[in-house]
Amino acid sequence: MNTAAIAAATATVAERSEGVWRAAWRRFQGDRVGMVSLVIVAAFLLLIALAATGGVASNWQQEVGVPNAPPTFLGPRPPEAEAAIEGPKGPNVDLSDIDPLAPRYKEWAERAAQMKTTETVRVQTLPLGGDRLGRDVLAKAIKGTEVSVFVGVLSALLATLIGTLLGAVAGFFGRKTGDFLEWVYNVFTAVPDILLIFAFAAVFGRGIGTVILILGLTGWAGVYRQVRAEFIKHSGREYVRAAEAIGASQASRMFRHILPNVSHVILVRMSLLVVGFIKFEVILSYLGLGVRVDQVSWGTMLAESQAQLILGYWWELAAATLFMAVFVTAFSLMADAWRDALDPKLRGAE
Amino acid sequence: MLAYLIRRLWQMVPTLIGVVLLVFLLFKFFGSDPAIILGGLNATQDQIEAIRRQLGLDQPWWVQLGIYLKQIVSFDWGKSWATNEAVSSLFASRLPATLTVMIPILILDTLLAIPVALGVAYVRGTLTDRTLMVVTTVALSISFLVYIIIGQYVFGFQLGWFPVQGWSDSTWTNLTTYVPLPALLAVMVGLSPQTRLYRTFFLDEMGHDYVRTARAKGMTEGTVMFKHVLRNALVPILTNVGYNLPGIFVGSFLIEVFFSIPGLGREVLLAVNRGDYPVIQAVTVYLAMLTMFINLATDLLYKVVDPRVVLK
Repeated sequence: MNTAAIAAATATVAERSEGVWRAAWRRFQGDRVGMVSLVIVAAFLLLIALAATGGVASNWQQEVGVPNAPPTFLGPRPPEAEAAIEGPKGPNVDLSDIDPLAPRYKEWAERAAQMKTTETVRVQTLPLGGDRLGRDVLAKAIKGTEVSVFVGVLSALLATLIGTLLGAVAGFFGRKTGDFLEWVYNVFTAVPDILLIFAFAAVFGRGIGTVILILGLTGWAGVYRQVRAEFIKHSGREYVRAAEAIGASQASRMFRHILPNVSHVILVRMSLLVVGFIKFEVILSYLGLGVRVDQVSWGTMLAESQAQLILGYWWELAAATLFMAVFVTAFSLMADAWRDALDPKLRGAE
Repeated sequence: MLAYLIRRLWQMVPTLIGVVLLVFLLFKFFGSDPAIILGGLNATQDQIEAIRRQLGLDQPWWVQLGIYLKQIVSFDWGKSWATNEAVSSLFASRLPATLTVMIPILILDTLLAIPVALGVAYVRGTLTDRTLMVVTTVALSISFLVYIIIGQYVFGFQLGWFPVQGWSDSTWTNLTTYVPLPALLAVMVGLSPQTRLYRTFFLDEMGHDYVRTARAKGMTEGTVMFKHVLRNALVPILTNVGYNLPGIFVGSFLIEVFFSIPGLGREVLLAVNRGDYPVIQAVTVYLAMLTMFINLATDLLYKVVDPRVVLK
């Protein structure tokens, strides 16, 4: 067989069926809102990658500005009127004969002279203002984005992994195994989400890793339900029976044959989870159950901003809200567009 | 009907056992040693041993599970480790405050979302519909925290329309003075997702043949929407309300924390921060029970709303 024949053969194959992903991508490209959201999310991811490698916002903990420095577009704060207190006139009273420390003053003055102090010049305004300590709010918001999105994505991955594995096993094997997993599912959904998260938080303690673990361990139920339904549907299909006939093992049938065929459903589920988990992380961090004090996330920024708002310093609240609103809106619109592009129900409609 | 009820109750048993086991195992094998938490920083080894004996922690784990089961069945969880208040009295004193805030919120949320969603579904595809969908998407992406922080600042602090926070002993004062602001904010937040959800329910129903038939018979649009579409969409709406119902018992802990409302949600959060295990365990187990009963009640309500539903 010559190469031309092979090429022709593959060409006919390509004509006959367009891959699920390729078709989805084609549909997705037609969705303007989806494409714009994708670009915004990609820009955020780039920003996060830069922040994670130290390219930007690595100095977020430095106090570069004056405390509560206003944003640049507002201009520097007018200097406060200084009420001068008149100092006493005349020479100080000479206490050296009764001052017990007097003999050591000279020695201390010499030692102090050896030390060098540098006066750091603190800027009056910062691009998006400064916080209580004079840290750059823009840098904090970028670093906070990194932490919040990292937590959201990683916990969604964990929840998806658990949900997919259990759902695949329950849907594929059914019977006793399925019943058992159904029972586990019922138990997890019987307790209201937030209580389950609290109970886990009480036991596991604090920190980023803990938040990811908690959200992952409590949030898998939705994925499980859907993956299970898909596996039940697919495991009876002909292509799976055919795979069984040629001797494919159970694991191979589950993960090499069925899983790719339901992966788009899982992807959509996961993107919805990311949005939900980011919101949860913000709330947990605000309540002090989330990230540690030496880290920053949108939630800790909001927690700090509350006290600043009362004093009229609104910029940290605005920055955290803006970053979160833009990212979450773009991500949920993108997830919606993905669902529209990948939803098997719409596939026949075109 | 009775047979259905009995079977459903019977089916709850394994799930309940599961919840109890989950909570027990979670705290037993992953939580820190209760004796060390209770003993405090300066406890001597003897004191810790004494606490262990008192709580039965020196027994093998199945004996402990027995003690734990006895507590659940007899509704006796002993006392909070932090305040020494009996857990049952804690429930009794905190639950009314939570319900005072949460019931108005749930009612307002549902009553407002239904007409808005019905209206939006009716003008589907128009500018109004699309604008509202964009607005709700953006509104949804802003954290609940931001609404509370800004709302409390603007309405409570700047404008002075409502007290910033507070609570009294009289339910009436609470309802008229302290509840409006948290309720307003919670409804603002809750309206977006509810409206979006109910809109899809209405759209689903509006695509059915019976709607076309009703229109063909010459019924007014009002009758079609309110008598036919609304009634049929009530089943999924009811499911959703039933799904949200258990939430009113834990309350929105964020609201309770921000507005200093002495409710159950704030108590649970305090318990988490103090490592007060009996309170967390009791709340988790009883709320799971409550959730299951509410789900059952919702299923029974279907029958009332839609006589075609067969309970089996």
